[in-house]
Amino acid sequence: MRLALRITLAAGLAVGLVGAVSAQEIDTHARAPKHVEYEFEGPFGKYDRAALQRGYQVYKEVCAACHSLKQIAFRNLMDHGGPEFSEAQARALAAAAKVPAGPNDKGETHNDSGEVLTRSAVLADYFPAPFPNEEAARTANAGALPPDLSLMVKARHHGAAYVYSLLTSYGEKPPAGFAVAKGKYYNPYFAGWNIGMPQPVTNNGVTYSDGTKASIEQQAHDVVTFLAWAAEPKMEQRKQMGFAVLIFLLAFASVLGLAYKKVKGEYALK
Amino acid sequence: MAGTTSDAATRRDFIYVASGAMGAVAAGAVAWPLIQQMNPSAAALALATTETDIGAIQPGQQVIIKHRGQPLFVRRRTPEEIKSAQAVDVAALPDGLARNAGKDAALPASDANRTIKAEWLVVSGVCTHLGCTPTVSTPSAPEGEYGGWLCHCHGSAYDTSGRIRKGPAPENLHVPVYSFMSDTRIKVG
Amino acid sequence: MSGPSTYNPKSGIEKWLDQRLPLPRFMHDTMLTFPTPRNLNFWYTFGGILTFCLGVQIITGIVLAMHYVANAGLAFDSVEKIMRDVNYGWLIRYVHANGASMFFLAVYIHMFRGIYYGSYKAPREIIWILGVLIYLLMTATAFFGYVLPWGQMSFWGATVITNLFSAIPVIGPGIATWLWGDFAVGDATLNRFFSLHYLLPFIIAGVVGLHIWALHVPGNNNPLGIDVKSPQDTVPFHPYYTVKDAFFLVLFIIVFAGFVFFEPEFFGSPDNNIPANPLVTPPDIVPEWYLLPFYAMLRSVPDKLLGVLVMGAAIVSLAVLPWTDTSRVRSNRFRPTMKWFFWFFVVACVTLGYCGSQPVDATIAGIPAVWIARLASLYYFAFIYPIMFFVGLFETPKPLPASIAQSVLGDKPAAAE
Repeated sequence: MRLALRITLAAGLAVGLVGAVSAQEIDTHARAPKHVEYEFEGPFGKYDRAALQRGYQVYKEVCAACHSLKQIAFRNLMDHGGPEFSEAQARALAAAAKVPAGPNDKGETHNDSGEVLTRSAVLADYFPAPFPNEEAARTANAGALPPDLSLMVKARHHGAAYVYSLLTSYGEKPPAGFAVAKGKYYNPYFAGWNIGMPQPVTNNGVTYSDGTKASIEQQAHDVVTFLAWAAEPKMEQRKQMGFAVLIFLLAFASVLGLAYKKVKGEYALK
Repeated sequence: MAGTTSDAATRRDFIYVASGAMGAVAAGAVAWPLIQQMNPSAAALALATTETDIGAIQPGQQVIIKHRGQPLFVRRRTPEEIKSAQAVDVAALPDGLARNAGKDAALPASDANRTIKAEWLVVSGVCTHLGCTPTVSTPSAPEGEYGGWLCHCHGSAYDTSGRIRKGPAPENLHVPVYSFMSDTRIKVG
Repeated sequence: MSGPSTYNPKSGIEKWLDQRLPLPRFMHDTMLTFPTPRNLNFWYTFGGILTFCLGVQIITGIVLAMHYVANAGLAFDSVEKIMRDVNYGWLIRYVHANGASMFFLAVYIHMFRGIYYGSYKAPREIIWILGVLIYLLMTATAFFGYVLPWGQMSFWGATVITNLFSAIPVIGPGIATWLWGDFAVGDATLNRFFSLHYLLPFIIAGVVGLHIWALHVPGNNNPLGIDVKSPQDTVPFHPYYTVKDAFFLVLFIIVFAGFVFFEPEFFGSPDNNIPANPLVTPPDIVPEWYLLPFYAMLRSVPDKLLGVLVMGAAIVSLAVLPWTDTSRVRSNRFRPTMKWFFWFFVVACVTLGYCGSQPVDATIAGIPAVWIARLASLYYFAFIYPIMFFVGLFETPKPLPASIAQSVLGDKPAAAE
């Protein structure tokens, strides 16, 4: 049902785009996302646990260089319905990250060479941001601002397919007549086609510890799963509770339906 | 109270009317601060001027600065853009007024009346229809038919002088009060 | 209509209370024995459903307010904390967000039902006008509420709607600044919208009380649109309608739960998952679905002030329906001509909604959406004024049954619809 809806919407979007093309100029609207299927879609869908753990690795080793994920704390890595790392694993992952330490006993937040004082993260810490503020992020990225990824999958139409399409569509040849702007990259799934992000995932760009081959598609699939969880971490609880609620309500409705039938009979109504 | 005369009645009416009037005054006096508290606070009013460097802007480029919480377009126009802005017949425009807060309100919407230096166009980035931020038009990515801006909310198209040419917006993009502190720095407000 | 009270206090404490605050008597007369036409159909269950929706919104809203922070710098993250960290916060927020859509879905059915069966006609004009007022208050409440998550759509929706006031000549810009408490939508605006969003539902509850009070004076209209003539035409509200309303309420909740648990973002906009940014307008600003018809009207008028006036008139015009409708019969069941105009009105409203959801320059089957919206807007007003007026004058209604009881009990199959 949801899938069918998506396809219809995507088709509608495509038709809309074709309609908007004018003869003279190149239409640089984003291409409709590729059709991809995920384990977490549909009423019975769950996150693929292994994909979540691999996706975290891709986020940490690739995306985190520029993108923050500020709504997620290290403790969330152990969450039921999430990546479900063991507590020991989550502690180790946290300890490997550095977060700003805050003022020391002399009231200093920076050392003598002007660097921020840091400490190892603990489970309660949120994922550290790669840049201290928006201006620093823009300066480091030729004026572009890498957005926070916490809600990315929910912040775009067909977000999971969109992010997947974006990550797997570098290296295409731009159509004749389209000039890629200076300092930008060509990506037809990005509105305007000029994207500030260089190709993020590359073949074997990460080495998976579970032996999965790290193709571009595999990494994109894994990191999208991870980001989908980051955007909607309670999805599994939600669907599980949904079934219980619906079963109860159907039973309730059946009983009420019988009661309704009875009063209808008693009062000789239509 | 026993011997009611018409004099007494008049006096009593007066007392009632006076009481009512004073009650109304009291209600009005109480309402005034309750209404006024909604207006911008002293802290909001304090952010009324903005200074910014414009030296790094290239011809054909615009930057958006934040002034009074709203976007402000600072656009360094190319010679072609200036030429097309000056060539427009002011009498045929939907809004014939310059809308320049730094100049007389009755001036016509000629390009000269909307700029200080022809190369620089400084206009509010707030569509005069319903307040969206219009998207800038560049030769490589045109927006609207008039080379200036297109507001995607309701389709208002502006020309290279920020004048409304098509769509529901009633007025030209407003020009704020601003001045050049040097060749590369402006002060708005 | 309600007749002499049949309440009979049994215990001593009930008698004692009855002489001081006859609340049990009131409840007994209005909710248990209240004589209700025996032919109310499915479409009459939405009053109860709406009361339920209001209750759900108030309860979940109070709970959300315990965790929400009305500050431009913190609001977005506080909503995410509710979704992630507050126990069952995701559930409460999704119920509240989808509850708004369910509330409007039910209110639209309730309103169309009122129009179809002529429930606004004498002696029920006040019920109808109070209903229009409730709808207006709901719209305002929903608008304020949509601003609170402080996403892109929240911010720009607030900007567009508050700018509508700037269309008023001379004092308009001053009013906009006064509404914002700043030179643009900002922290001050968010705070006051939160305050009003918390206040208005209680005012709605008050007006709903008046709406039901006014309903209990003449009693319910019914699908036949004829008056209750004898006790045989009615049944006591309890148990028949309490059970019936409960049954359909649970069916409604099943649909509600389907959205909450399986498509919670169905009615939402992806852009509202991006924090508000005053410098970037999203490419397509679209209001929530329930406001789309009015939004389409606004966009279909090329002049700013006129557009705002048309949109306002569209809502206010509903209140004059009792007087523009000249028909002697209430129910469209007996109005062969009006029935067509009514269904066309429903189609026009849905079409307006669809046009409102499309980008400004969209075309539908080659025709610009804006022209379709103009046509539909024109029909909207034509329906309320000339059509209601002239069809009522010239139409020959079908013969009315002698009584509700005769229609229901005497000639069973004919009554069903």
